[in-house]
Amino acid sequence: MPDELNLEIFNADPITEDVSDEAMKAAPKTYAPLDAAAESQADLSAEMKAIGEAYARALKNGAPAETQPRLDYAPYRSSVLRHPTKDLHHADPETIELYSPAFGHMDVHALEADLTIQHNGEPLGERIVVAGRVLDGDGRPVAGQLVEIWQANSAGRYIHKRDQHPAPLDPNFTGVGRCITGADGSYSFTTIKPGAYPWKNHLNAWRPAHIHFSLFGQEFTQRIVTQMYFPGDQLFPLDPIYQSIVDQDARDRLVASYNHEQTRPEWALAYNWDIVLTGPKRTWTENEALGAEGDDHE
Amino acid sequence: MSKLTPTPGQTVGPFFGYALPYAKDRELLAPGSPGSIRLQGTVYDGAGHPIPDAIVEIWQADADGKVPHHTGSLVRDGYTFTGFGRSAVGNTGAFTFTTVNPGPTEEGAAPFIAVAVFARGLMNRLFTRIYLPENEEALAQDPLLSSLKPDRRETLIARRDPDGGLTWDIRLQGDGETVFLDFSDVEGASK
Repeated sequence: MPDELNLEIFNADPITEDVSDEAMKAAPKTYAPLDAAAESQADLSAEMKAIGEAYARALKNGAPAETQPRLDYAPYRSSVLRHPTKDLHHADPETIELYSPAFGHMDVHALEADLTIQHNGEPLGERIVVAGRVLDGDGRPVAGQLVEIWQANSAGRYIHKRDQHPAPLDPNFTGVGRCITGADGSYSFTTIKPGAYPWKNHLNAWRPAHIHFSLFGQEFTQRIVTQMYFPGDQLFPLDPIYQSIVDQDARDRLVASYNHEQTRPEWALAYNWDIVLTGPKRTWTENEALGAEGDDHE
Repeated sequence: MSKLTPTPGQTVGPFFGYALPYAKDRELLAPGSPGSIRLQGTVYDGAGHPIPDAIVEIWQADADGKVPHHTGSLVRDGYTFTGFGRSAVGNTGAFTFTTVNPGPTEEGAAPFIAVAVFARGLMNRLFTRIYLPENEEALAQDPLLSSLKPDRRETLIARRDPDGGLTWDIRLQGDGETVFLDFSDVEGASK
């Protein structure tokens, strides 16, 4: 990641909910607290609670557990006009969809997995190692595939022109990393624990600390973008994005676990998080089943 | 049937713009090179407004219908066709790729480009397809297209532009809502 980030290349990603041109012109240039007309956390929490209770009743009546977020989850206000209203169409993946783009060490340098060495100095905050494995639904390692992450700094601020909330930028932290998974599906990032982050879904809305993860599998249908959270976050029950996954077991799958065995003395706290992709749908050849570096075993 | 339960997805959020885009991300080959076409479109919300914070990925066969297996999508060498591209939309919701018309992966099959869509406010990525408008016979025999009603079917077929390019819009909701695909075979998938 270059030192001199070109902020102008960033696409429009406002934290304000209304992103029309008129609203952007009218928006104040600097941060101002939302007015009293904004919805309260209590309003949102009541909505989320009602949805959760309805789901619990459905489960009790024999409905299957939901393993993915609801696309239609009104407490996350920006989703209201951005979710399909028609059912997703069941399809069998064909040809190209049964394969994935190939990524390799031509694409990603090994040092891109360390987010703490991208500038001249050390970033501020709690140094952490986040590591785990990427597996497919059969438990096979997803080898040689791309993992991308991005996150706020330790103060909860993103390097982004539209994130103007009054928390400091860290000149030594960009918050972007990449790696290629190993033959056993493993990944490992060294970074700084991100701070909680305020947003404008409602009055006094705060996102639990999280790291965005983007993953490719061996098939395009396994493509996923998600967020990893830290254990015990007091903001979980208040957050409409986390709560859009209505099933507690499913939500728990996004929470890393603290690992003292892997914590490095006087250096970094360690967290583990394994990721399971969907599928597979394709019958693999023997070589593929051994992983990208499967010939190690010969 | 898979043994492990997949990890849930989450919205890409508003701040991917400094992380996911990369140099030449939308140029599967150099603009102006022989056989190159422009693939363009706009992402709309349920009110018909362009979405300024979406990001679109494509994955496709080459002009001969071969599935690429080359690395180098993130650091393009300018010659190798890797089949993958990524385009964050601009302020007007528009995305653009430079690519080739994919060939049929099997004799007589209707060529299509696989698509993944991400946006702030979109809880999970959505999959869809872009079919080339030519070869009506192949389109008529396509298993997915033939399972759709005409007004739904047409959301997956691109328009051919006078310059040889393709235009294809994404409507997340409402009139002309794009057909999005569910490849899962387990119960309890995205609703």
